Amino acid sequence: MGTFHHGKGDLHGITVVVDLNDTRVFVGRCDTVLPEGVVLLDADMHDEAATDAKSKADYLGQARKFGVWKKYDRVLVPTADVASVRPLADLD
Amino acid sequence: MPYDPMLVEPMRQDMRAMSVEELLDASAVDSFIERAGTKLVFVNSVCGCAAGQARPALRIALQHGVRPDHAGTVFAGQDLDATARARSHFAQVPPSSPSIALFKDGELAYFMPRHMIESRDAQSIAFDLVGAFEEHCK
Repeated sequence: MGTFHHGKGDLHGITVVVDLNDTRVFVGRCDTVLPEGVVLLDADMHDEAATDAKSKADYLGQARKFGVWKKYDRVLVPTADVASVRPLADLD
Repeated sequence: MPYDPMLVEPMRQDMRAMSVEELLDASAVDSFIERAGTKLVFVNSVCGCAAGQARPALRIALQHGVRPDHAGTVFAGQDLDATARARSHFAQVPPSSPSIALFKDGELAYFMPRHMIESRDAQSIAFDLVGAFEEHCK
């Protein structure tokens, strides 16, 4: 049984890490990649600059193992803020 | 809102064909979890992005000589109460679907979240599952 979601790009349906050009990182299921940004579903955002926050590496290590608790049902991460987008499962 | 039952029926049939027990309500989940022995709970999903490989992977893995004593499934987005109850038994991990939980001695021993299923072929997923069976079901 194939996907029901066509024409939304190679990352559609894949849980991705969207690393930003600052201290924040998003993890969520990619819906679409648009010129204006990456649309994520069921996403979490982590800011290593927050008080008592884990480092990005520690946070992503935990996310890689079990997934993330969502903060957002749907969020657009602006292209101007994005440093990289990669599948969560591809993290070492 | 759940999908049309006719749409998901082939996915339910996949489960029945591999003799995975459908857990359709919360009481069925609780009864299943309370059984003695090792148990696998497959959180099924309509989304073909991941579940399209998860079901064949489970079929392959369950043919292995070492496997859980019991295998059951809930259908996320379809059997809402059953899915919520199943997730309450592995509440320490974030919910995702499809996903696979393995219980030993009443405790969650292994969990494969959705992102470890996406973009992988059934054989690769099955390989990881068999590894978990070897570790926890002997």
